[in-house]
Amino acid sequence: MEFLNAMTENMTVDYPQILTEICAELTTLTQGRLEITEDTDLLGDLNLDSLQVMNFMLQIEDRFDISIPVSILPDVRTVKDLALQIERLVRAS
Amino acid sequence: MGLFDKFQGLAAARRELETIGIDPFGVEIERILSPTEGIIHGRRTILAGTNNYLGLTFDADCIAAAKRALDTEGTGTTGSRMANGSYSNHRRLERELAAFYEMRDAIVFSTGYQANLGLLAGLTGPNDVVMLDADCHASIYDGCKLAGAEVIRFRHNNADDLAKRMRRLGARAADTLIVIEGIYSMLGDRAPLKEIVDVKREFGGYLLVDEAHSLGVLGERGRGLVEEAGVLADADFIVGTFSKSLGGAGGFCVSDLPALDLIRYSSRPYIFTASPSPATIASTRQALTKLAAGRDLRAKLTANYRRLHSELSAMGYTLGAPASPVIAVVLNDRVEALRFWKSLVEHGVYVNLMLPPATPNGVSLIRCSVSAAHSEEQIAAVSAAFAELRSAAGIVPAELGTAS
Repeated sequence: MEFLNAMTENMTVDYPQILTEICAELTTLTQGRLEITEDTDLLGDLNLDSLQVMNFMLQIEDRFDISIPVSILPDVRTVKDLALQIERLVRAS
Repeated sequence: MGLFDKFQGLAAARRELETIGIDPFGVEIERILSPTEGIIHGRRTILAGTNNYLGLTFDADCIAAAKRALDTEGTGTTGSRMANGSYSNHRRLERELAAFYEMRDAIVFSTGYQANLGLLAGLTGPNDVVMLDADCHASIYDGCKLAGAEVIRFRHNNADDLAKRMRRLGARAADTLIVIEGIYSMLGDRAPLKEIVDVKREFGGYLLVDEAHSLGVLGERGRGLVEEAGVLADADFIVGTFSKSLGGAGGFCVSDLPALDLIRYSSRPYIFTASPSPATIASTRQALTKLAAGRDLRAKLTANYRRLHSELSAMGYTLGAPASPVIAVVLNDRVEALRFWKSLVEHGVYVNLMLPPATPNGVSLIRCSVSAAHSEEQIAAVSAAFAELRSAAGIVPAELGTAS
């Protein structure tokens, strides 16, 4: 049932919604220390260690019911890059 | 950005180590005395960080076989098997490995690292999906990178997460390669192999099990976790190394799939590397017969690692996993681990220091690898050194803890 809900939800998620959810998740993770925007640099601006980044990605994957290939990570620098990749993966699923 | 600018961080880290008088990554074993003892800083030291699980590096029969090969076949092959030809003993070892696993064929590689690199780069390509346990060894990640494959990580030892990700792949799951390890090298934990095999049975795909740290250690005949878990027939590819339980250098892949032989032609790490030297092949062949018949060695190894694991646990150390030949002591942070490692060497015990980012979950580890060749006295001495250093790891002895 959870799976069906995720699938139904994913069919309707669009870029603005993905962006909103990523920003909300990152705001929680950084305890509101800074404002998260499309241009926020995931590694440079947030001061997160690699473990925190990995756990964040796992959460995002579950939320959108996708798997983010490791090979695309070098191309993901900003929040916008990540949101676009998620949008692409959600559409392909 | 200059060519060497990227090394600034590394240089600073090394200066920090020099300042506190520690060089954990440049240890020189001045003289090797036995599988379990060497001279470090002029002092006799117990080697408890060698991966020499069966202690075969000084086995008289293996040494004799290697010497005979040196006399009859020379020091090196001077080229790759594809370009310069295989020696008959390369093929003999491959047939012996295949027979050992009751599989169709095997490929021998020049190192364990290259076994994963060569197999993954030869087998997979840009249109293939490889599903890796997140804690897989660097050689597995590097092999996928060389292949240009689509790599998806699943949570370490989590068959449910694997199933979820296989389901997300839809029809592509049937051709996906799942990669796991028998015993994981950092923490010494085993894969939940039966559950992973169940996922493969449900969704399809192929299974590669890297038995680098479990070959010779687990299973009645030492064939690793696949044998212990009773799922040998479900493993499509088994990778292993000669440099741990077999006491040499090199690696292999065995498979029952007829296409294995074709991988030789597509694997750049196989094609463009000099083949293992005759002495290496000869000692490995001899060691393989000892490993297969080595129930007594496995019994001794098991007794040794269970004892050390149980004693360290009783002292209050946090250990990375249930008992296995890899015993990882989890310390609070990097500096504590550095100082602890240095103190152990000063107590005449050499182990491995493992720091992030090489470790899972960012932990700092003191990693022991136990050998069948460790004597009871040596295990007792390693244990005693840990007992003396408890306070350095922030452990309050139980009696003091109770009193307070």
